[in-house]
Amino acid sequence: MSANATGSSSSLDYRQQSPAVAERFKKLKDRPVVLEVRDLTRVFPTAKGGEVTALRGLNFHVHRRELMCILGPSGCGKSTLIRLLAGLDEPSSGEVRLDGKPAVGPSPDRGMVFQGYTLFPWLTVKRNVMFGLRMGGMESDEASREALQWLDLVGLAKFKDAYPHQLSGGMKQRVAIARALANNPRILLMDEPFGALDAQTRAQMQTHLLEIWRNVDVTILFITHDLDEAIYLADRILVLKAHPGEVQELIEVSVPRPRHPAQSNSPEFLATKRRLEELIHPRAEPTSQPMEKLPIIRLTHAGDDVE
Amino acid sequence: MPRSRWFAIGKEPPPRVRLVLTFLSFLLPVALWALISYVPWIWHPLIRVNDPGTVAWFTPGLLVERAVFAEENAKVVATPDARVATGERANPVFLPPPHAVARALWTAFATKPVLKGDTWLHESLALSIRTIFWGFVISSLLGVPLGILCGAYPPFARLVEPAIDFVRYMPAPAFGALAVAVLGIFSAPKIAIIVVGTFFQQVLVIANTVRRHDTALIEAAQTLGARRRQLLLHVIVPGCLVELYNDQRILLGWAWTYLIVAEVVGVSSGITFFINQQAKYRNFDNVYAAIILIGIIGLVTDQGLAFLGRRIFPWQTRQPSRLRAFLALLGRQGGSNA
Ligand SMILES: Nc1ncnc2c1ncn2[C@@H]1O[C@H](COP(=O)(O)OP(=O)(O)O)[C@@H](O)[C@H]1O
Ligand SMILES: [Mg+2]
Repeated sequence: MSANATGSSSSLDYRQQSPAVAERFKKLKDRPVVLEVRDLTRVFPTAKGGEVTALRGLNFHVHRRELMCILGPSGCGKSTLIRLLAGLDEPSSGEVRLDGKPAVGPSPDRGMVFQGYTLFPWLTVKRNVMFGLRMGGMESDEASREALQWLDLVGLAKFKDAYPHQLSGGMKQRVAIARALANNPRILLMDEPFGALDAQTRAQMQTHLLEIWRNVDVTILFITHDLDEAIYLADRILVLKAHPGEVQELIEVSVPRPRHPAQSNSPEFLATKRRLEELIHPRAEPTSQPMEKLPIIRLTHAGDDVE
Repeated sequence: MPRSRWFAIGKEPPPRVRLVLTFLSFLLPVALWALISYVPWIWHPLIRVNDPGTVAWFTPGLLVERAVFAEENAKVVATPDARVATGERANPVFLPPPHAVARALWTAFATKPVLKGDTWLHESLALSIRTIFWGFVISSLLGVPLGILCGAYPPFARLVEPAIDFVRYMPAPAFGALAVAVLGIFSAPKIAIIVVGTFFQQVLVIANTVRRHDTALIEAAQTLGARRRQLLLHVIVPGCLVELYNDQRILLGWAWTYLIVAEVVGVSSGITFFINQQAKYRNFDNVYAAIILIGIIGLVTDQGLAFLGRRIFPWQTRQPSRLRAFLALLGRQGGSNA
């Protein structure tokens, strides 16, 4: 995306919302809170006997049917946060509440899609999707019927008898989404789910996810380090900063819905992106050190220049 | 195949080359054996007497050292109306030539038991296979579940593994006398030796395999609602199944190595008894035939299990077994010739 936006859009404030968008946000905030995070802190012991604060004093909440993105540079604690939310790790202090009740330990009401494809390689696609239902005690026939419906939703009914190793990366993640959704989770947690996919597949998957979200009663918390992905998907973007991981800003994305890829040149999109860039890659602040020039000796023949 | 390909690390050669190499793997040792057996000036430290001449103690067919043969002939030449002994170079009786062993692979089955209580070869083999089978089954029934528990639950491993590690270093044959005292002299102590030889290694090997399970899959299963026992039965065990199966194949090979020791415990029996008897009668071709048979049984079992494994675990994506690759290649060539 180029920075040479038109004169009028470059002056647009990313917080400025059209009446329709403002109305949407008002409705969104009227919906009940599904997930509430209170003073969440996670401190890891280091190998040398010290401590590293991965997350400090996080507070935010997610409303029902909201799609919230969490954005931050690599190493700012995004994975740590989502693992705490999923109950796969315990906070050093603070708490996570789901529908007002403390959420401790992993549970099918907080579904998760991981970046690495975590499909069970020994199960067929259909049986992968049935897994949660069967664990919950559902009869095989009924689970099978439900699994097929979910596979239909993600467009993979044809591959129900294939094994994961026979699928492409994008298809695996679609199965993983279907598998998580089959449990009817209150919230779907996604940790950079499309991070390992090529650009084209990733764009398809984003559109696909929005489609699913529109049609399924589910709240989504989506982690990414890709600014465009966050703006394209999110209602609100929670921007984290690193060392320690803290909330930097909660941005309401002013790009109207329904979203489509062409909006990436719209003034709202560009304004939001500029703001995110300021937050994530601050321009040479006086306090931060300038990037040192690497002390590289010239190892090519004189005159053999590439630039 | 270009020369650089031979030393490309981790690169499999094409199927045809693989097949040739597999054949060579068996052919080269046999070729060496044939060389030593059939080329008279290679080794052949003895002389087989054809015509004893006037040497008093020589008889036709007798094997004597070359030096002794020359010495005796020299002595004979000195005496009047002498006739020197003739003979040809030969190998010792314990190195029969390949064709004799090949013939024995067939005739050994037809070798009548000499004494009452001696057994036919097929009876000996059946008894050995039965001993291995029960030893391995009993060991697995105990060792596999215990290994899985140790691999899945660290406190359990802390409780069990140190003691097992300790016993593992005691050679199984050391328990022979004990086994006979407790279990009598027939099959039971032999099976017990195989169990002792296999079980302790088995627990540790299986536990290590299970310990390498993918934690990401466990976490995924937890977020899908799987609980403790479900995690063990529906994630950890199926996740390790292919590796466990291959471990079992290797362990079965180890069980075979304990067979010879096990079979001399109490009343000697099975293939070991056959081998010892035939060695006593100096039928060394039968001895080699029996040893080769053990190898063939082991190889065929292992490759058969590998072949079976690919049927049972359709999700694995590894190299096909040698047997299967071989059959596939034969099929392809048959097809292309037709
Ligand atoms: N299990 C752990 N033990 C120690 N430190 C950890 C552990 N997990 C994460 N961290 C630290 O916490 C910080 C945040 O990591 P992570 O949540 O993986 O970041 P992100 O997902 O945003 O890239 C990093 O500095 C990392 O070193
Ligand atoms: Mg991460």
